[in-house]
Amino acid sequence: MSAVGHEIHGHDDHGHHKETFITKYIFSIDHKMIAKQYLLTGVVMGIIGIVMSLLFRMQIAWPEESFTIFKVLLGDKFAPGGVMRNDIYLALVTIHGTIMVFFVLTAGLSGTFSNLLIPLQIGARDMASGFMNMISYWLFFLSSVIMVISLFVEAGPASAGWTIYPPLSALPQAIGGSGAGMTLWLVSMAIFIASSLMGSLNYVVTVINLRTKGMSMTRLPLTIWAFFITAVIGIVSFPVLLSAALLLIFDRSFGTSFFLSDIFIAGDVLHYQGGSPVLFEHLFWFLGHPEVYIVLLPALGITSEIIATNSRKPIFGYRAMIASILAIAFLSTIVWGHHMFVSGMNPFLGSVFTFTTLLIAIPSAVKAFNYITTLWRGNLQMNPAMLFSIGLVSTFITGGLTGIILGDSTLDINVHDTYFVVAHFHLVMGISALYGMFAGIYHWFPKMFGTMMNKNLGYIHFWVTAVCAYGVFFPMHFIGMAGLPRRYYTNSAFPLFDDLADVNVIITMFAIIGAAFQLVFLWNFFYSIFKGKKAPQNPWRSNTLEWTTPVEHIHGNWPGEIPEVYRWPYDYSKPGHDEDFVPQTVPMKPNEEQLHH
Amino acid sequence: MTSLLIVIVLVLLGIAIWQLTKIFDLTQIGTAVNGDSEVANDRDNNVNGYLMFAFLGFIYVFTIYSLVKWGHLALGTPASEHGPQYDNLMTISLVLIFIVQTITQFLLHYFAFKYRGKKGQVAFYYADNDKLEFVWTIIPVIVLAGLILYGLYAWTNIMFVDENKEDTIVVELYAKQFSWEARYAGEDGVLGKANVRYIEGVNTLGVDMSDPNAQDDIQSTELHLPKGKQVIFKFRSQDVLHSAYMPHFRAQMNVVPGMVTQFAFTPTITTEEMRLDPKIMDKVANINKIRSEKSADLIADGGEALSPYTFDYLLLCNKICGASHYNMQMKIVVEDEADFNKWLGEKKTLGAAVKESQASEAPAEAAPAPATEEQEAATVIDSTVVDHK
Ligand code: HEM
Ligand SMILES: [Cu+2]
Ligand SMILES: [Cu+2]
Repeated sequence: MSAVGHEIHGHDDHGHHKETFITKYIFSIDHKMIAKQYLLTGVVMGIIGIVMSLLFRMQIAWPEESFTIFKVLLGDKFAPGGVMRNDIYLALVTIHGTIMVFFVLTAGLSGTFSNLLIPLQIGARDMASGFMNMISYWLFFLSSVIMVISLFVEAGPASAGWTIYPPLSALPQAIGGSGAGMTLWLVSMAIFIASSLMGSLNYVVTVINLRTKGMSMTRLPLTIWAFFITAVIGIVSFPVLLSAALLLIFDRSFGTSFFLSDIFIAGDVLHYQGGSPVLFEHLFWFLGHPEVYIVLLPALGITSEIIATNSRKPIFGYRAMIASILAIAFLSTIVWGHHMFVSGMNPFLGSVFTFTTLLIAIPSAVKAFNYITTLWRGNLQMNPAMLFSIGLVSTFITGGLTGIILGDSTLDINVHDTYFVVAHFHLVMGISALYGMFAGIYHWFPKMFGTMMNKNLGYIHFWVTAVCAYGVFFPMHFIGMAGLPRRYYTNSAFPLFDDLADVNVIITMFAIIGAAFQLVFLWNFFYSIFKGKKAPQNPWRSNTLEWTTPVEHIHGNWPGEIPEVYRWPYDYSKPGHDEDFVPQTVPMKPNEEQLHH
Repeated sequence: MTSLLIVIVLVLLGIAIWQLTKIFDLTQIGTAVNGDSEVANDRDNNVNGYLMFAFLGFIYVFTIYSLVKWGHLALGTPASEHGPQYDNLMTISLVLIFIVQTITQFLLHYFAFKYRGKKGQVAFYYADNDKLEFVWTIIPVIVLAGLILYGLYAWTNIMFVDENKEDTIVVELYAKQFSWEARYAGEDGVLGKANVRYIEGVNTLGVDMSDPNAQDDIQSTELHLPKGKQVIFKFRSQDVLHSAYMPHFRAQMNVVPGMVTQFAFTPTITTEEMRLDPKIMDKVANINKIRSEKSADLIADGGEALSPYTFDYLLLCNKICGASHYNMQMKIVVEDEADFNKWLGEKKTLGAAVKESQASEAPAEAAPAPATEEQEAATVIDSTVVDHK
């Protein structure tokens, strides 16, 4: 017993075991601590991102009005007299998008739960490389700090949209934010990508090599499948964004012409010749589209696990779920052109991308149907995590369906870059993944902190958020179909759009209420860490391995030997058993029928 | 004012939350105080099950409310030849989405309600059914195949332009931070070559004045289009990405520095005719009502009244291009061919405009200019050729 227990401790046999504050809480190599670090950083970045969205939503609802809160938060320079500057509007939109997509829903979501759950659910004592894991977190932390510092740059932070298309992002003459602000954005993102790659490599290696005895690939919980494939997508696509960022840095600082050509700005002809912004778009979206799934798949994995546990039923179509994850992963790398139907690329390419894009709707539909069937004839335990998981399926359907319009090159012509797109991607990616993150937090909070979150606050949090999310994003479809472009500082330059003003006020009201209720979550979260009721070992009566570890965290996860696995993780309410759950560690009874070896 | 409103709303919300938790807590009396009490019990399942059903109602009601209240905001009668086909495809897709949305949301929330947990209820151990999986793989396949085929048919129709069609005119749309200009090919029907390196004085579009085709080109800050003629747009940008968005014509194409992009459509309704379109008349009346209310407020604050709105087609910029992206627009006038020709005929040609301005400049300055221009001309690439990257 002690031999196994010491495997992982072999390296520090020579030294003392005492952990200092620094090695335990700061430069920790324990995956559970690193997961918590990711989560806290993600929550802080999330607060910044959401507050930014409120600021620019207020500007859109009450254009060019003076607000004290603008003066307080943006300062007199970015909001002279409390009126937001037009380039600062774009800066806020840009940083909001960047933070939400990368810092909250990539690092904050995937980083937290991959780190927490991969070793615990596959039965490993830690990640393959704890040290690299630590570096990965600290690079993420560094990139977050740099991104936040960029907000204080004199001429404003990056303002070219989260897609940072050159030449706008390359030329400080074009917009103030493309000076030092953009440089910091690029540096921050380069570090972020390094962090993400280290994390992903670690996840892949861990899943392949460190599964406990009996944990075959077809006995893995769907969470692990989702994290595993997400990591693979990240490894394939993030380097391409890195190369785009590097080439952009060359164009900006060393006079190369990868993306720029024939430019006359501020009275001067620039020397650039022969580059193409369209090339940048291809490189960006080669990551950008898979990124949507990097954000979404972990949320879907989390949901699969939570819906099965709380339905007290096996997830329906386990193998179809894995197949659809694989299909989505593959297809997601060949659909990027649907962001570029009207970019000026060859229309024939548009046809091809329409085809591949609508194909990806098929595995997505399969997933949705499988979730619904899992609920059918279940015994649904309405824990907050379950509510957020059902909410995810709902917004995933609502948002996913409009993808059929945007993925169709013809229809995209008139709704491209309008609020219709904002509605679509927020529902299908933003809100869905955010729900997945909330679901994960409510579900695994006892595992992370050893205490329970208050369920009633959880219910309030969910129901208000659910109503407000629809209230914010559903009306955006209509103003989008009215032809309202996104990234407009105000719509008052077009009398044509005057009749959209009250819709925009309603949207902003919902946004403010929704954001205010996130305070309920924050309170619940922080209060429960310190004062929450002590968690039982397996509060949700779940089958997976993480609930076989003690509530108190120990290095190496299991005090004794790592448990062996005898069955798949979804034996809920299996006939012939006394309890409505049969943990993976329970050996098969003689003659018991076995699903998935 | 509004800040105050928001503060009040927030305070009220705070009170509401506090009250709600109290109510929820009251329903918990008698349960254990350890961590297990934070796991959903039958009561929670019941309450939230009903709320799931109520939420389904909310989605339906909100959807219907939105359709009734905001449905009319969507763009009305399309003003181009391909427009009706676009709208048709859009309607089909929307109806389909609407049906699927209604059914799937019903199933999801209804099941969440119906199978809410109860003591003693046993879930059905049901892990797989290949037939079902097959059914809901194949149904989307068939439906999507139909949509893809129709979509690609329309796409080919719109994007692959017959440049040799009779009754075609070529117009260059030129974008810069933060305005648009148009260039017409003139009598020869061919646009003169151009590159930003030729920009000088009145030649703001960088047209190569040594090109014979350039002499009769005509420049304008308003876009006039003849009804019933195919217009091939060639887009050029001098600085950053822009996007030429003409929503009433269901037309959009990005404008990319260093390359020429293209889009073509045939306008079918003149501006005057569109102003008489019933949907547009309603819209204009509604907007003017809103504007006059706003004007009343403005005047009360000592400001100026807003001018009344009349309908015009517009070209909007729809790709983030800098601080004033939100106000980069150009008026489009669609008129009968005779009116269009009259308008164009009254415009000065580029050749004449450049000569005029050169004549008024000092001759001493004019002398060295051609030399540098020639040097450059060797390296300058004509950027008016469509080049699909
Ligand atoms: C999970 C949370 C969210 C995610 C992942 C997210 C993501 C994004 C992204 C990627 C953009 C595009 C930025 C760009 O165009 O450069 C964006 C813009 C926007 N976000 Fe969010 N967002 C989230 C939450 C919110 C919330 C709570 C609001 C509240 C109203 C909001 C409102 C908007 C709006 C209106 C825009 C469009 C602005 C424009 O381009 O004109 N977002 N968001
Ligand atoms: Cu995409
Ligand atoms: Cu623009």
